[in-house]
Amino acid sequence: MKLNLREHLEGYLFISPWILGMVLFALGPILASFGLAFTRWNLFTEPEYVGWANFQKLAHDPLFYTSVFNTIYYTVFAVPLGLVLALGLAMLVNHRLRGINFFRTAFFLPNVVAGIAMLLLWKWLFDPNFGLINLFLDWTGLMAAFEWIGIGRPQWISSRTGAMPGLVFMSIWGLGGSMMIFLAGLQNIPRELIEAAELDGAGPWKRFRYVTVPLLTPTIFFLTMVGVIASLQVFNQAYVMTQGGPAHATLFYVLYLFQTAFERFQMGYACAMALVLFIITLIVSLIQLAMGKKWVHYQ
Amino acid sequence: MSSASGDTLSLRRQLILYAALSFLAFWFLVPFAWMLITSVKTPDEVFSRLLPSVLRLANFVEIFNQPTLPFGRYFLNSTIITVFGTGASLFTSAVVAYAFARLNFFGRDVLFVAVLSTMMLPAAVTMIPTFVLFQKLGWVDTFLPFLVPACTGNAFQIFFLRQFFKTLPVDLIDAARIDGCSNLRICLSIAMPLAKPTLATLAILSFLSLWNDFMGPLIYLHSNEKRTLALGLNAFAGMYGTQWHLLMAASVVATVPILVVFFMGQRYFERGLVMTGMKA
Repeated sequence: MKLNLREHLEGYLFISPWILGMVLFALGPILASFGLAFTRWNLFTEPEYVGWANFQKLAHDPLFYTSVFNTIYYTVFAVPLGLVLALGLAMLVNHRLRGINFFRTAFFLPNVVAGIAMLLLWKWLFDPNFGLINLFLDWTGLMAAFEWIGIGRPQWISSRTGAMPGLVFMSIWGLGGSMMIFLAGLQNIPRELIEAAELDGAGPWKRFRYVTVPLLTPTIFFLTMVGVIASLQVFNQAYVMTQGGPAHATLFYVLYLFQTAFERFQMGYACAMALVLFIITLIVSLIQLAMGKKWVHYQ
Repeated sequence: MSSASGDTLSLRRQLILYAALSFLAFWFLVPFAWMLITSVKTPDEVFSRLLPSVLRLANFVEIFNQPTLPFGRYFLNSTIITVFGTGASLFTSAVVAYAFARLNFFGRDVLFVAVLSTMMLPAAVTMIPTFVLFQKLGWVDTFLPFLVPACTGNAFQIFFLRQFFKTLPVDLIDAARIDGCSNLRICLSIAMPLAKPTLATLAILSFLSLWNDFMGPLIYLHSNEKRTLALGLNAFAGMYGTQWHLLMAASVVATVPILVVFFMGQRYFERGLVMTGMKA
């Protein structure tokens, strides 16, 4: 195809806003991060070149390891749990029943409304003395079960041990988005395949395991990718509900990065942390892509 | 277990399903109900009664009238950022997407890969240098850090609009060209009107993410009268932390616009979600 100069120019003119945005707000900042990561800078004086000092400091920073551990802890529980339960719910709402849309919306709503208001609401629900969760356990007598297994009265996000399970529990409430995506995946499965398996004598479990799940692997793969990347960036919950506490139990990586940059003004150090996050995200995505080739079936 | 959606279910199975669904829906909706009920309670009744004996709508008046945290102002700020941000980024994204879908120019496909890769970029990675840039420009504590980047489009929106523009029939575009329409004219008066459902879907997704954005305003907006609703609500919680009836009334106020947009555009919203899932 032969094009004249005018056509090339027109194309570039059309995409020029995006090019400008990409240079100013993506490419430029990434390159700047690489530069700033090698400086000490408090935003008010001139940046001072310090070589690899920030990365060496990072390697010996106990809070860095705490935040990496917390982020992985959350990811390892919240992502698989969310996926399994979302698939279960999706199968439950994948029935032609009168009023099924009401239920779909009910499960989906928390995911839509997800905002600071919901985090504040949950902070209250988790309150050990005035929160609905413990009040409910008291009213129903279920609290005795907690006492009996030796946990005592759960303190949820006010305690070191309860904080992370609490946040994972809260994340289940927002699984409606994954549920809807699973539902779309389920509805794309040709009925003939299920029926053929049924004729061959496959029971419900075998139909699920050998027909439904393999056909859903692209969806599972997508949701795992997106879920992992999102949980590596958890911030709002920790900032609003726990401020990273108690005793750093919910100090997530991005929260620590934010505090380093905007509360302690260690810009160079924070940039080094951002680069490490960038590399971790890249490695995790590449591993998932490589592993995905082994287990994802595309129709 | 995997009964496909077309089956007629026996009455017994239907009843079991309804029971399970109702049980689960109850737990998903209880937090909302608790928020709503508390927002109209008197302070004395927050814990002493499950349901309020009187509806205290004065809670809502009170949160708008207390002097330190101007909720009306916050509401306006969130609206400005959300509406302008959504409009500007959708318009630019549509023009850019049209070029990627329908125009031929040198390096187009390579550049499109760049669009895709910026979609993957964690915000935290670019956060600090971008802040420094805006600070040097004197834009901290203004809305410009939200409005100006919006004018350069959004990778996610470009991706989906390009998908849509690629499906437009060649004949339609050729006919317009023969009639003497310029590419810009075709994009604005033929392609974009046809993309209305996709635009609506993306507008809703954008509305929600801007309305709920917390980290951005936290970094850029410092003075009280510049705060968005999300920031204001957090400040409110800090100040009136245990006045649950007021905090819940404020939370209801922050949540209602989301619900309105969601129920108005539910069709588009669900479509958008599925669309997001399908790009895998």
